[in-house]
Amino acid sequence: MKITICIGSSCHLKGSRMIVEDLQKLVKENNLSDKIELAGQFCMGNCQNGVCVTIDGEAFSLTPADTRDFFEKDVLPRL
Amino acid sequence: MQLFDTYVQKLKYKVLREVARHAYQDTLQDCYLDIPKLISPGPKSELRCCIYKERAIVAERVKMAMGGDKTNPNIVEVIDIACDECPVSGYRVGPDCRGCIAHRCASVCPRNAISFDENHHAHIDPDKCINCGKCASVCPYSAIQNHVRPCERACKVKAISQGENHVAQIDEGKCINCGACVYQCPFGALQDKSFLLDAIKMIRESDHNKNYRVYAVVAPSISSQFVHVKVGQVITALKELGFFTVIEAALGADMVAYKESRELAEKGFLTSSCCPAFVSYIEKSFPSLKQHISHNYSPMAELGRYIKKTDPTAKVIFIGPCTAKKAEAQRENVKPHVDCVLTFEELQAWIDSRDLDLKSLEVGVLDNASYFGRIFARSGGLSDSVVQAIKEQKLDLIVNPVICDGIEECRVALLKKQKNLLKENFIEGMACTGGCIGGAGCLTHGPKDKSEVDKYGHEAYEKTIGDALALCRVTEENEA
Repeated sequence: MKITICIGSSCHLKGSRMIVEDLQKLVKENNLSDKIELAGQFCMGNCQNGVCVTIDGEAFSLTPADTRDFFEKDVLPRL
Repeated sequence: MQLFDTYVQKLKYKVLREVARHAYQDTLQDCYLDIPKLISPGPKSELRCCIYKERAIVAERVKMAMGGDKTNPNIVEVIDIACDECPVSGYRVGPDCRGCIAHRCASVCPRNAISFDENHHAHIDPDKCINCGKCASVCPYSAIQNHVRPCERACKVKAISQGENHVAQIDEGKCINCGACVYQCPFGALQDKSFLLDAIKMIRESDHNKNYRVYAVVAPSISSQFVHVKVGQVITALKELGFFTVIEAALGADMVAYKESRELAEKGFLTSSCCPAFVSYIEKSFPSLKQHISHNYSPMAELGRYIKKTDPTAKVIFIGPCTAKKAEAQRENVKPHVDCVLTFEELQAWIDSRDLDLKSLEVGVLDNASYFGRIFARSGGLSDSVVQAIKEQKLDLIVNPVICDGIEECRVALLKKQKNLLKENFIEGMACTGGCIGGAGCLTHGPKDKSEVDKYGHEAYEKTIGDALALCRVTEENEA
């Protein structure tokens, strides 16, 4: 599974760094490094709804506070 | 509203703007005839001896705007017919000579080149004079002046001389493409070739970023440019021009600061590799010091490399104040990471060729780098960032930098190093005075540029280099 987080200006200002750091931590804690690949992309063309995140191309809209929730409800079941 | 410092810049801008317009209308083949007539309508010449010469020079500028002489790898070229062949005489006694009786000028002259007429007025024998300048420095009336061509005076690496028929010529073995002569020649006879057409082609062929995405990488010195509007409006303009997105080159600077500090800790002595003109100066004039040049990419190339890691088919266009970056992008090791380089002058021409009114555009956002990445744009910023990077990474190293502001200061530090007389362990070399904000491709070279850079730095969302890089680590786990 590939999770791509937008690292462009707009999402950066909305906290994409926190999301990246939390996801890295969650992947590590759950020993999923070989199953989940994290990646960055400068802009996903949907700045208004940032922070933009995709799971294998499927789009999600996150705030830093949602990360754990997103991981449990959207990431884990798709594995 | 004055966009430029000089009319020479404005003329170059007008030509670029019209070439861009023709490119969009697919009528480039008519350029040579149409643009000179549009810019110099006549019937009387306003700039040269006759309208035909004026137009012929504009036609040469059109050629430069379309990429110049493709067989010549140097970025800066001489437009022969634009050169005024200014007369040069070296040191000359001017009308301020009072015919004093002290004759200090003659006393210090090592070659007895100075004699006096019946009014005690000094005269310099040009056959004896060696241009040492001692007479000028002791004259109490400052009556003796050195008359040097502006291009030769601007070229601190001494790459410009008089060629055949007194026209300026460039020694490409010495030229570092810093562009100082381009900005200083009062007739605009030296010009940097433009790759604007390549950029326009790249954007158009991407078919609205469907075939591949085109990224603009913008230098932090933009903070001292486009002063009549907000930087964010320029960002929106870039997107209107068709760029997929815009990224700060300063993020590449953050990456470089971390890597360069580690390399310094490892090697014990380094010369910086951010300024391509400084790197080229070492290679061409101090080859014995080449081993000390940092092996890191410049921020431009480092970021280009990273962008292509996140998006392998990406095209990267760097936009900054620098003519030497155009040469850097031709290097074999940089070519894969950067596809085209433009200056702020060229960007202004491009924006205006599309009739985009910057003032009425929305204010876009651009925020990728830390304060430290952003202050690379001014002299001393790189050293501040390396100090910070050492602190953040807890490296066991005290950096003692020599900050060289302009190529003359670089020369002094390099000479000292060559003779093993340099105490410092890091040479920050910037070819342009003030750093990148003094670059030849800037629209304006205002005095408050430096404070603008610091102010812009403080506006960055991320306060440490590490935080700015944390975001990038998502793609590049082990690096940066």
